[in-house]
Amino acid sequence: MDFQDYKGVWVFIEQKDGEVASVSLELLGAGRKLADKRGVELAGILIGENVKDLTNTVFEYGADAVYVYDQPIFKHYRTETFMRALLECSNKYKPEIILYGATSTGKDLASAVATDMPTGLTADTTELDVEEETGLLLASRPAFGGNIMATILCKKYRPQMATVRAKVMKALPPQSGRTGRIVEETISLKEDDIRTKVLEIVKATVKKVRIDEADIIVAGGKGLGSYEGFQLIHQLAETLGGAVGASRDVVEAGWIDHAHQVGQTGVTVTPKIYFAIGISGAIQHIVGMKNSGLIIAINKDKEAPIFQSSHYGIVGDAFELVPILIEQFKNALSREKVSNTSEG
Amino acid sequence: MLHIVACIKQVPDTKIIKMNPKTNTMDRRTAPAILNPYDAHAVEEAVRLKKRYGGIVSVVTMGPPPAVNAIKKCIEIGADEGYLITDRRFAGADTLATSYAVTKAIEKIAKIKPVDLIICGKMSIDGDTGQVGPGIARRLDIPPLTSVNSVVDINQEEGYAIVHRKLEDGHEVVRSTLPCLFSVEKTINEVPYSPLPNIIKAARYKPHIWSVDDLEGVDIKQLGLKGSPTIVSKVWAPQKPAGGTFLEGSPREQVEQLLSVVLEKKELFEMKGEI
Repeated sequence: MDFQDYKGVWVFIEQKDGEVASVSLELLGAGRKLADKRGVELAGILIGENVKDLTNTVFEYGADAVYVYDQPIFKHYRTETFMRALLECSNKYKPEIILYGATSTGKDLASAVATDMPTGLTADTTELDVEEETGLLLASRPAFGGNIMATILCKKYRPQMATVRAKVMKALPPQSGRTGRIVEETISLKEDDIRTKVLEIVKATVKKVRIDEADIIVAGGKGLGSYEGFQLIHQLAETLGGAVGASRDVVEAGWIDHAHQVGQTGVTVTPKIYFAIGISGAIQHIVGMKNSGLIIAINKDKEAPIFQSSHYGIVGDAFELVPILIEQFKNALSREKVSNTSEG
Repeated sequence: MLHIVACIKQVPDTKIIKMNPKTNTMDRRTAPAILNPYDAHAVEEAVRLKKRYGGIVSVVTMGPPPAVNAIKKCIEIGADEGYLITDRRFAGADTLATSYAVTKAIEKIAKIKPVDLIICGKMSIDGDTGQVGPGIARRLDIPPLTSVNSVVDINQEEGYAIVHRKLEDGHEVVRSTLPCLFSVEKTINEVPYSPLPNIIKAARYKPHIWSVDDLEGVDIKQLGLKGSPTIVSKVWAPQKPAGGTFLEGSPREQVEQLLSVVLEKKELFEMKGEI
């Protein structure tokens, strides 16, 4: 394998219902930095049906080129079809690095592509860097249950690949009118030869909890002791008009659904205010919330690592402090309401 | 008669594990080894499908000799046979080398009885990648179906399976030819307490144990550390962000200070002040 042949940074552009996924825009931002450091081109690879219009967005967020596969066979994501397009394109143009969002689609696709190439794949990366001289990708992620960070390298194979957590990298501000090179590709695949068929897409009737969109998150941990104790978190969240978050332990104990889990194996969140109550603060949790605007921790244990990552901390008993907070907040709100009324 | 193979892993219980702060490594002695919780759901689903359609369930794992205990746990859940591949030459495998070795084991199991379906858990709690399942499917050239949260139908005669794959805002109904591979979500089922006869059976059960030499057509270069394109270059504790301010005083005073900080973000609450 001659590494000289491999050039450029690629981002797999995930799209649905005519929109580029936000994680792909974030990866264009991260990919731009890597490409600039190496002095190479940043490209998006866009696969789907009727997706050509999305190339503008990909350019506006930092790409120099877009490889496009726009064919009816790509109407729905399927591992078999998308994988073939990506493999073919990568074998033809030989990028040095390919990044995917660590979404279920991105992980599914990257795992299959890595096996066929074959090459190394680092999962759920939270930090990316590249060696300027060698082009070696430094992909870092929490490891061993999230207690420690590990930097993973792929020295002997190209392209180097990583899936990257959503909401960890920053998208660049879009530059309207920015444009680049479009490379249209087609693949000769017959529908009859594809072994999987998407029969139906069913949208959930109950809107799924999206804590990653909340401005305020009240998150609870094992320190609340029990399912009953955890209800305190719901009360505070309701009072503040926030969403409920949880640590991994709490989800595994079955106190709340996985959709509420904040951290490496849950959701990454960036609310304006984040309360961590009874959460010790394992690294795997911290990586999921450290970019929040204001982080407030309440914990009995003064030594709990969560205090290292918080703007304000109270050492004390949540069962004593939170009811006071609820009461005082309600009082403050009603005072506010009175003053609004008198003014208006 | 379906033959379902569930792929499992024995893992340290990462919830309990302690890190050695000097060396930044896991102190494995502090953590009991358990069946990866996600894999328990894979085995449970295999057992449920066996009950629904008739068949047998085999489990396969790669690991050190004590991994037989994880297999025994699967027998308790209701698996029929267990296969452990264990050899020093497997050590240090990343996801690519792991999927290679497990595939070789499945190929051998398929010689005993052809395999219709392979089920994996979503991911392991120590590796957290979810990459091995799709990797095995690619190596066997069968369709991988990840994020499966419900099995609608398995039709062995006509050779297809229909499942629900979880999406961010719902699910999709997918039909695949058999054989194929599912990676299942935890929500696909609940693993009940094992019935006593299974526990007794598991206690007496002796898994099949294979070394590299028992497998066929193995390219040694693709195993273990040598066969792993990814390497861990360094392990480090992330730089701790500077600690914040501790609020002091009585609980009531602490809350008052906290509230004044929170209410500075006035824009978040203004609307709620109105009726």
